This record gives sequence, C-alpha cells and structure tokens, in this order.
Amino acid sequence: MGVRVEGLCHSFGKGAMARQVLQNVDLHIEPGEVVLLTGPSGCGKTTLLTLVGALRQVQKGSVQVLGQQLAGAGRARRQRLRRRIGMIFQGHNLLRCLSAEQNVQMGSDLLPGLSYRSRRDRARSWLRAVGLGDHLAKLPHDLSGGQKQRVAIARALAAEPQLLLADEPTAALDSRSGRDVVELLRSLAREQGCAVLMVTHDPRILDVGDRLLRMEDGRLLAAVAEPVG
Amino acid sequence: MARPLWQGRRIPLAWLMLTRQPVRLAVALAGIAFAGILMFMQLGFRDGLFDASVTLHREFDTDLVLMSPRTVSSVSMASFPRRRLVQTLADPAVQGITPVNWSLLLWRNPETRSNRSILAIAFEPSDPLLLDPAVARQAEALSQRGRVLFDERSRPEFGPVAERFRAGELVETEVAGVRVRVAGLLDIGPSFGADGNMITSRETFLELAPASPPGSIELGLIRLSPGADAEATAERLRRQLPPDVSVFTKAGFEEFEKAYWRNSTAIGFIFTLGAAMGFIVGCVIVYQILSSDVSDHLPEYATLMAMGYPLPALLRVVGREGLLLALMGYLPAYAAGLGLYALVRMGTRLPVYMNSDRALLVLSMILVMCLASAALAMRRLGDADPAEIF
Repeated sequence: MGVRVEGLCHSFGKGAMARQVLQNVDLHIEPGEVVLLTGPSGCGKTTLLTLVGALRQVQKGSVQVLGQQLAGAGRARRQRLRRRIGMIFQGHNLLRCLSAEQNVQMGSDLLPGLSYRSRRDRARSWLRAVGLGDHLAKLPHDLSGGQKQRVAIARALAAEPQLLLADEPTAALDSRSGRDVVELLRSLAREQGCAVLMVTHDPRILDVGDRLLRMEDGRLLAAVAEPVG
Repeated sequence: MARPLWQGRRIPLAWLMLTRQPVRLAVALAGIAFAGILMFMQLGFRDGLFDASVTLHREFDTDLVLMSPRTVSSVSMASFPRRRLVQTLADPAVQGITPVNWSLLLWRNPETRSNRSILAIAFEPSDPLLLDPAVARQAEALSQRGRVLFDERSRPEFGPVAERFRAGELVETEVAGVRVRVAGLLDIGPSFGADGNMITSRETFLELAPASPPGSIELGLIRLSPGADAEATAERLRRQLPPDVSVFTKAGFEEFEKAYWRNSTAIGFIFTLGAAMGFIVGCVIVYQILSSDVSDHLPEYATLMAMGYPLPALLRVVGREGLLLALMGYLPAYAAGLGLYALVRMGTRLPVYMNSDRALLVLSMILVMCLASAALAMRRLGDADPAEIF
C-alpha cells in the first residue's frame, strides 16, 4: 500500500515538440506519512501529482498507488481508484451551487452502502472537525478563503481516502490561516492513517511534513530536510 | 463495487445547479414555456379548425348521408336528384329519410343593413333534422312561409338577432333579398366555412334561392332501423344507386369534410409548420441555456471526476437538468394554453379546447426538445479533463 513510483518519465507534446517534464522519478510514500514536495514552478510537481492521483495516463515507468499498478490502467480503473484518493486543489474547487454541508457530502456520497442520513451526518461531523460547525448551510460564496479551503479538506477527507494529494493548498490564503489549514490537514490525516503528498511553494509550512522533497527540472532531488517537530 | 454510486437518495445536484441561478432559470423557463405556448396555439388552432368544420355535421340526426359526387366540401355543395334519396327507402334497413337543401345565402344585418354569407339549411319541417330537440320543437313555426330559425352562436356581424328576439321583438330581415322573420333560436356554432347558420323550410328556401330546381337537394339524410349495420347498408346502397350520388356513413361524412380542410387547403400545413417552428425555437433556447450551464460548471464537473465520480453519473446530472427544465417549463405553458384557448373561444367562437391528446403531445415535444438539447450539451462534458484542474 502507500505509493511506489519507479522510473517514471512523462513528456508533453509529440515528436520534435515533445518536452520532457518528468525524468526517471522514484518516490515512495508509506501509509500515514506526510510528504511535502517543493521546487520552482514548472519543474513537474503538478504533473507528478496528477500521475499519482490517477488523473493522467502513465507513459513510462511504474506507478503503484494503494496497491494498484497505474501503468496501462484504463479510464474506468483510474476513476474507481480516485475514489480512494482525496484531492485538495489550489483553488478550493467547491461546487458553487451547494452549501458547505452538501459540498462535503459530495465526498461522503462516494462511500458505498451508507444511507443518506449517515452520509449527511458524516459530512456534518467532518465540517465540525475542521471548525465550521456553525457554517453548514452557507454557500461557498459566503465563506472566507480559509473557510472554503477547510470545506475542501473536509470534502476530501469525507470520502475516507487512504491517500491525500494537495496542490498548494495555502496559495490563496494569508500566512496565518495557511498555517492553520495545513496543520489541521496533517492532524486529521494522521488520525485516519492517510498518507499525504502535498505540493507547496510556501516556505512557512515546509516544516509540517515528515519529509521534504525537492524537485528541479523534472528530477527529484534527495531529501533536503528531515522531520522537524 | 459494481454500482454502489448513485444508489439511494442523493443531493439533488441538477435541481440545485438550476435553482441557484434564478435569472438563467427564469430565462430558460420563459423560453420553454414560450415554445410550448406556440405549439399549444398552433395545434389548438389546427384541431379547432378541423373540429369546427364539422360542428354542424355532427348535429345531423342520421346514420347515412347521400351527397353529390361533385361536392368537395360544405362550402360548395353540389345538388343531386331528390328521387335518389327516395330510392333508398326500398332497402329494408332504411327507416326514414330527410331531404336537405344546403346553400350559402346573403343575410342582411337588421341593424347595419350590411350583407354577409350565412349557411342556410332547409328541410321539410315534419322530418327529423338535427339531434338538438330545439329544432323539432320549433319546426312547427317553419311551416309558415318566410320563417327561419337563427343560430344564436353565429358571429356578431349578423346583428343582435338573438338579443332582440329574446327581448320579445319582432325580428325581420332579408335573406338573398327576400323578407324573412326569425321564428326561433338554435345553438349550433360557426365553423371555418360558415360564420353563421340558419334553418328554414324547403318551401321558403326555394323562394330564397329560386335558381335551385325543386326536385334537387344537396344532402340526403338516411336513418336506419335499430340494429342495422350502417357500413354494410352504405355498401349495399352504393351498389344499387347510380353513380350520380355518393353514400357516406355519418362518420365518413365528417371525415370527408375534415379531409377537405386538411388536404385541399394550406391550413393544416401552416399550423403544423407553426408548431414545428415553436419546437425548433425551443430547442435552440434550451440548448443555449444547457450548454452554457455545462461550460460554466465545467471546472466543477472536472472536480467531481477527479473525486472519482464516473462520467455517466455526471451525464445524468445534465440529463436531469433537461428533464427538470422540461417539466417546469411545461406547467406555465399548459396554464397559458388553457387561458389562451378560452380567449380564442371568446374571440372566434371556434371550439378550441385543451384535450389530453394535445396536452400529452406538447409535453412529449417539450421533453424531446429538452432531452435532445441536454444530449447535445453533454458532449461538452467530454471537455472536462480532471488533470487540468490542478
């Protein structure tokens, strides 16, 4: 289980126009481990995230996520696997027409075999866990940036994922709420035994993870920092 | 893992996507309702016309009908020898006959003195003519010369005849230049072919239309003995009678008239085309609304796909949006249709009524319209690439 990436290469475009974005990447994440990935923009972090997140077809190399080989996996298999992977986006990407509670329930709705009531109750308890118990019925429009990102976290966790991928979750937040959100994310993921891969630029949160990886020009550099705290 | 998703109760995503954008929803519903109203009106006019063309035909107290083979419709009835009708009495199934004269004559409005074409029906006052007992009750009065029964539902252009008659006045006017007196009122109703109706005796009719030879009639009513097979008797009479008359059952007589309006005039085509226009306009509006709705929500659909929702589940959301639009747009169209039909009945006295056939036809047209547009709008969902949202 966890994530095992070996010899992963990826390029965009074809023929002479092809541009290599990932070169021979190896990456292991153990269950429950929180890994931060940093590096200059355009270095391939997001592409790696989409490949691990089963959002893109693997071109070359091996990507094993939660026990499933993604190399050669078709659309339907990747879609089924995605239900076990939580995703938090740079923008919150909440559904504008749904209230906070309903947005989170879109996550718990992915759990099979639960009644509507219990899926809704789970959505409510996740919102309380991220400190938004008083804002259940609010539309994303009426929430602050930090609150929206917390709803997004609750939504990702409500599907009870075994792997959580986050792409610059603090980009739209001020430093204070950014730090809060990430720490919340880490502690909730730890409780769930959920592995986390977080891409970030934000220097203020680099100490949150168990491991910090640095990427440059499509290559993963050796670990730059050991767990702090 | 076969189909755990989208089982049981879910958040009504399609409903929320529509209703959280009230302005767009209102525009969409107005467009759909407009298309529905257009279809209701055009189809209503068309059916009303066809029904109105046989308002009088339905009223005849008859099982079989003789007409001249040269007759093409009720507005141009050709004559045939009366003795052909008498000949049918030889058939054992025939119980009684009524010779009828039928012609459009000029009625002078007793107030404005302007002339207008009225449908004049003439019979022997002792014979049965219409199912409406009011005719038999008042037939006695027609045995006097120069007396007519006036259809009070005739268009107002014929003058305030019914009002004055009811008030006890003596209503006299001229028909085809001959003085006549109104001896009673009838309740028949105008048709597309005739703005008004009057009934008189054959004797009076021959005065009003002196060119019409006394031995010729335009319509022969044949009543059969109870239990006789109308279709079989008609077939027998067709074989026995010379080819200068045609034999119809009552239903065939009505169908003959409707077929004239349907096939020999542009009316059926025009109204059907009008309804088709409504359908096309509706399709364009719904497609515009749904496809821009899908485009606007594309990042959200992509997010759902990234979360692991399968594409068919999202397609169903768009399909449901189409279904909801259809149902919500149909209700105001139906209500407006009822109101406009009442207006048309008042304004034109045409029998335009809502019936379940038309209500269902328009509902299914709106459903097809919305679901087809939804299916086209779904193609845009293919553009939702979950890999692009990071």
